[in-house]
Amino acid sequence: MIEVKNLYKTFKSGDVEIHAVEDVSFSVPSGQFVSITGKSGSGKSTLLYQLGLLDMPTGGQVFIDGVESVGLDENNRTLMRLNALGYIFQDYAILPTLTAIENVMVPLLMQGMSENDAREKSALALARVGLGDRINNLPSELSGGQQQRVSIARAIGHNPKVLFADEPTANLDSDTSHTVLDTFLELNREGQTIIMVTHEPEYAALTHRIITLGDGKLINDQLNS
Amino acid sequence: MDKQKSRWSTLQTDIRVGMFLAKRELKRASRYTTGLIIFVMLLTFLNLVVVGGILIGLIEGSVEADRKYSSGDILVSPFLNKSYIEHTPEVVATAKTVPGFHAIAVRYTGSARVESNYRSTVKPGTLRDGAGASLLGIDPGTESNFSGIEQFVVEGSFIGPTDTDSVVVGKNLLYKYVPIEAPGFQTLKDVAIGSKIKVTVGGETSKEYYVKGVISSKVDTFDSSVIMVDSEARALVGRRDFNANQVAIQLKEGTDPNVAKAMLLDAGIGDYARIQTHEEAMPKFLKDIQATFAILGNAISSIGLVVAAITIFIVIFVNAITRRRFIGILKGIGISPRAIAVSYIIQSIFYALAGSAIGIAVVFGLLKPFFVANPIDFPFSDGILVATIPGTLLRTGILLIATIVAGYIPARIVIKQNTLSAILGR
Repeated sequence: MIEVKNLYKTFKSGDVEIHAVEDVSFSVPSGQFVSITGKSGSGKSTLLYQLGLLDMPTGGQVFIDGVESVGLDENNRTLMRLNALGYIFQDYAILPTLTAIENVMVPLLMQGMSENDAREKSALALARVGLGDRINNLPSELSGGQQQRVSIARAIGHNPKVLFADEPTANLDSDTSHTVLDTFLELNREGQTIIMVTHEPEYAALTHRIITLGDGKLINDQLNS
Repeated sequence: MDKQKSRWSTLQTDIRVGMFLAKRELKRASRYTTGLIIFVMLLTFLNLVVVGGILIGLIEGSVEADRKYSSGDILVSPFLNKSYIEHTPEVVATAKTVPGFHAIAVRYTGSARVESNYRSTVKPGTLRDGAGASLLGIDPGTESNFSGIEQFVVEGSFIGPTDTDSVVVGKNLLYKYVPIEAPGFQTLKDVAIGSKIKVTVGGETSKEYYVKGVISSKVDTFDSSVIMVDSEARALVGRRDFNANQVAIQLKEGTDPNVAKAMLLDAGIGDYARIQTHEEAMPKFLKDIQATFAILGNAISSIGLVVAAITIFIVIFVNAITRRRFIGILKGIGISPRAIAVSYIIQSIFYALAGSAIGIAVVFGLLKPFFVANPIDFPFSDGILVATIPGTLLRTGILLIATIVAGYIPARIVIKQNTLSAILGR
């Protein structure tokens, strides 16, 4: 599903080069739930942004479903993000002027779906994350956990091939975090490929595989029993 | 073909998503901010339409007054090498048969000098109290039907058909109304209703008349004239026939003057006199002033347009900058930059249309009727607001285009920023 070859992301600060991601290679088969862990500043999120086409790597290759994505132009990268990828951000990143259902609808409309169909499908996605009764609420009327579930519904609404989650529980309390994790596990059981950045060993332990980064390098890649 | 279809379908999707986003942005935006932006657009619209409209209206008021009260829709005047219209009675009879005929005025004109203190002795080298004037001989009945000239009497009363010993004096001849003291420019002092004045034509023929009334019409034909019944004017200029100097024809509202002119020409009237529509007869200086005022109006409007464009630019730029993260998230989840730009363009269009719609209602529902009922009192005209529907729509279109461009550019600047930086607020 995803293949990463010799990936680099280098930032320049004056004359100094900082390798946020350095020579990272791995592949993720379809249906796998992978967690990326590491200390703060180890390059976890930076790696996720390169995989999710939100940022342009300095070097290396990323294949998503067989398509080399680094060489794609901005339009095709946008199209791939729309059709093949789903994102869940640490701070939810939902649109404040849209209601819960409208947040989920936007990518579906962009895919060319009619407003009625998009509304119907979005309502199902929200019901699936337990927000069937809050679909017409604005983000400001929802708790942090509920907002994160809107973000999950938006990420899965268009049936992405890969779901990327960047520390999705970082801003949530323990109970809400467990609910979010349960949702991920359920999605994964249904075949959804998930790559999640987390610094919580407890949550990483629930995934199929743990990739550990240190100073931008892949220092451990182990399957969970 | 397929590629073209796909491009069209992508554009449709971008517009649909842009509208979806814009609608909700507008719906949930601060009502105060939205109201303020629309108010700015309204002021801009009024600046575009009203400033130019009033400038043009100053001259248009004068032109319209000239058409309505003096030259009519068609003016018949002597050839340049003749001093009168030949076969005037035939011209008048034919004029009454043109399509849409409404009224006619037959006028005798000439140059005259009027004096008020002609009985007193003046020191050698001192000018008598007099003024150069136009002589205007009219049939009070037909002139009244044509111009309603008696409505302009500001002192005394108008002359009747039997008032052969009286005249009405235009206000430009009286010091009381035009208190200008300049070498070579004379006006009559100490003239009141009932005073006697002497009218001299051609330096030879003179006659004394009582001043029966004073007229102030803002139409130069009347205001600079000494007006008397036609028989008196004919006698003063020494005309023994009925050949007049001016035949003005008024047509019913909506009648094309060119049709009436063509008919007069077909009837052979063109052999006796010059036939001109009002527009053709309009003096060149008036046409030049009209064009100059139009340019001035457009120049002032253009400044307003630039101000409006900058306002929209700032509004959309601030909006886009404060929603930079919002834009980043949209791009991050795969919304095309064009769809995002469309959403901002639609917001700009909404502001421009709302401002223009209120502006159109204000102009046509309030200002135009107001200026018709209360014209601006300028010395040379009653200023009206000239705002035609095609002209207003054209200005609305220009405002819309300026707004679209001003809304698109800042949105594009923000949209082009790095997606991840926008999402992370870096």
